[in-house]
Amino acid sequence: MLRVQDLKTHLFLKRGVLKAVDGVSFELAAGKTLGLIGESGSGKTMTGLSLLGLPPKPAGRIVGGTVSLDGRELIGLDEKTLADEVRGRQIAMISQDPMTSLNPVFTVGAQVAAPIRAHGLGGDSRRDAAHLAVEELQHVRVPAARQRARDYPHQFSGGMRQRVVAAMAIACRPRLLIADEPTSALDVTIQVQLMDLIERIQAETDAGLLFITHDLGIAARVCHRIAVMYAGRIVEAATAEQLYAEPRHPYTQGLLASVPRLGRRDKRLISIPGNPPDPLALPSGCAFHPRCPHATERCRVEAPPTVMAGDDQVACWLHA
Amino acid sequence: MTLLRLQQVVCRFHTRGGVLTAVDDVSLDIAKGETFALVGESGCGKSTLATLILKLNPLASGRIVFDGEDIGRLKRQAAKRYRARVQAVFQDPYSSLNPRLKVKTILAEPLLAHGELRRDIAARVERALALVSLPAGAASLYPHEFSGGQRQRIAIARALILEPELIVLDEPISALDVSIRAQILNLLQDLQAELGLTYLLIAHDLALVEHAADRVAVMYLGRIVETAASVELFDNPRHPYTQALLAAVPRPDPQAPRVHGQAQGEVANALAAPPGCRFHPRCPSCMAVCERQAPMLVAVGAGHHSACHLHEGQPAAPAAKSSAGRPE
Repeated sequence: MLRVQDLKTHLFLKRGVLKAVDGVSFELAAGKTLGLIGESGSGKTMTGLSLLGLPPKPAGRIVGGTVSLDGRELIGLDEKTLADEVRGRQIAMISQDPMTSLNPVFTVGAQVAAPIRAHGLGGDSRRDAAHLAVEELQHVRVPAARQRARDYPHQFSGGMRQRVVAAMAIACRPRLLIADEPTSALDVTIQVQLMDLIERIQAETDAGLLFITHDLGIAARVCHRIAVMYAGRIVEAATAEQLYAEPRHPYTQGLLASVPRLGRRDKRLISIPGNPPDPLALPSGCAFHPRCPHATERCRVEAPPTVMAGDDQVACWLHA
Repeated sequence: MTLLRLQQVVCRFHTRGGVLTAVDDVSLDIAKGETFALVGESGCGKSTLATLILKLNPLASGRIVFDGEDIGRLKRQAAKRYRARVQAVFQDPYSSLNPRLKVKTILAEPLLAHGELRRDIAARVERALALVSLPAGAASLYPHEFSGGQRQRIAIARALILEPELIVLDEPISALDVSIRAQILNLLQDLQAELGLTYLLIAHDLALVEHAADRVAVMYLGRIVETAASVELFDNPRHPYTQALLAAVPRPDPQAPRVHGQAQGEVANALAAPPGCRFHPRCPSCMAVCERQAPMLVAVGAGHHSACHLHEGQPAAPAAKSSAGRPE
């Protein structure tokens, strides 16, 4: 359904060119979930924004690659087509902080109705759209949806706000849903409820879900496949089972070894040395080599190619 | 030996919406050299409790006793001395360090405030940086020249520089990149062993707490609902809220059994806390009595206390550990 090939989004800053997304390729089938895992600055959010044609203005530009959704090429579409036919219609996004994705001066009902009306799906009248908005709020299990549609975002709890954002996102039944750290601002007991909701919505609408997170636990729960990003590139992609059981890339191995887990009472965690790289001054060769326990001379000089193993991919000289 | 003792501590805030009881009748003992963790979701009062220990907010009632002395009754000089003996490291090293000061100034401030001699300061700054494995050259740089993990090392160095006995760690790694959390955690462990520090760890991440804490108290809407040694609490959680929290922890393993929302609904508004047991509207085992009467903390095992009406009429559990109730 979604095929991304060699996507490159660069930020042209005063201090230099920041290669936020630098040759990212992946595929996603309808009804499936792909996790994009990485740390801050790894390019995972920028990848999501690029699919929407929204690299940050004015510095950001998609400089290469293709994104095809249901056979239609999205890169190169003009702004009007993107706004009318793609954003909110075919691709919708749930972002981390529901307080910033909702407008504080409009009622929640009006905001859920907005995409329905903008894309001409609400019948003829404002009233029809408002009615559909209440249905969507019921759909995401906002209690007393009819009354609550008249409330403003600040009158909702964090978990309920995120449900409202989800209602907006699915209002036009998009083919692709991008969820960027949708649960990071929520408490764990509310996280579980929201993840249940997202999975149910996805099952009902058969949308593809691109799930962006830094949390290995949440990714394990919701994703079928996982792509691990580091310094703008996918260093490893595999099924969730494969990735957690037998991580191939030293960065993935390091991440999995370094998180505390319930029931495993090791006295000491194995830590990845060093710090994430400065995106404006990436190391030569493989960007991970200064932190890698297996780094060789070759890793310092030459970036590893992405090698396919079945459907899985890994970019490391150990596997080249 | 008990270093810090809280006795029936209550803290209230007077807000426009009414009186908010952020900490409600909390008693606990922290032993010298241990890591004591406070866990709970946002709004449970764990960070407010830390501010009480740091003397940043007044108590409505109760006592906090540090090394045998009531910290509410300390005279000026003794209060100042107390503030040197208890230090804190906060969650976000991007907001806890003044961006306009060089690292050496940031680290020197507490020394100057506590009347240390100027001629000793450079050496002590250098020693504090060495303790957190930063090069001496870091002293003449500004915070923005460091990564998140390095900034947290600076914040830890600042907490160490007055040679405190107790450090309050309020979510010390949750704002950091995943790949450097383990570094900071290991550093804190090493420092504790080397300097004999006592930690009060405030965290929402139960996997972290199980890894790092010796003893744990679980809070919900201002009250402690369960407290035990870490091993005992994680092997044998007794309170339905603790069980729900544990079940909700996302496990980095796709094969892990799936749990669906065990705790129903959301945390109540603290200004309108439910009567009786504050967890009862969300509790899967709620009984009629829970709506009327707040349960007391009762012993359910050796050093293990839980506040739930389910425990009434049950004999106190034997001290021997069982792993029942563990979802793994």
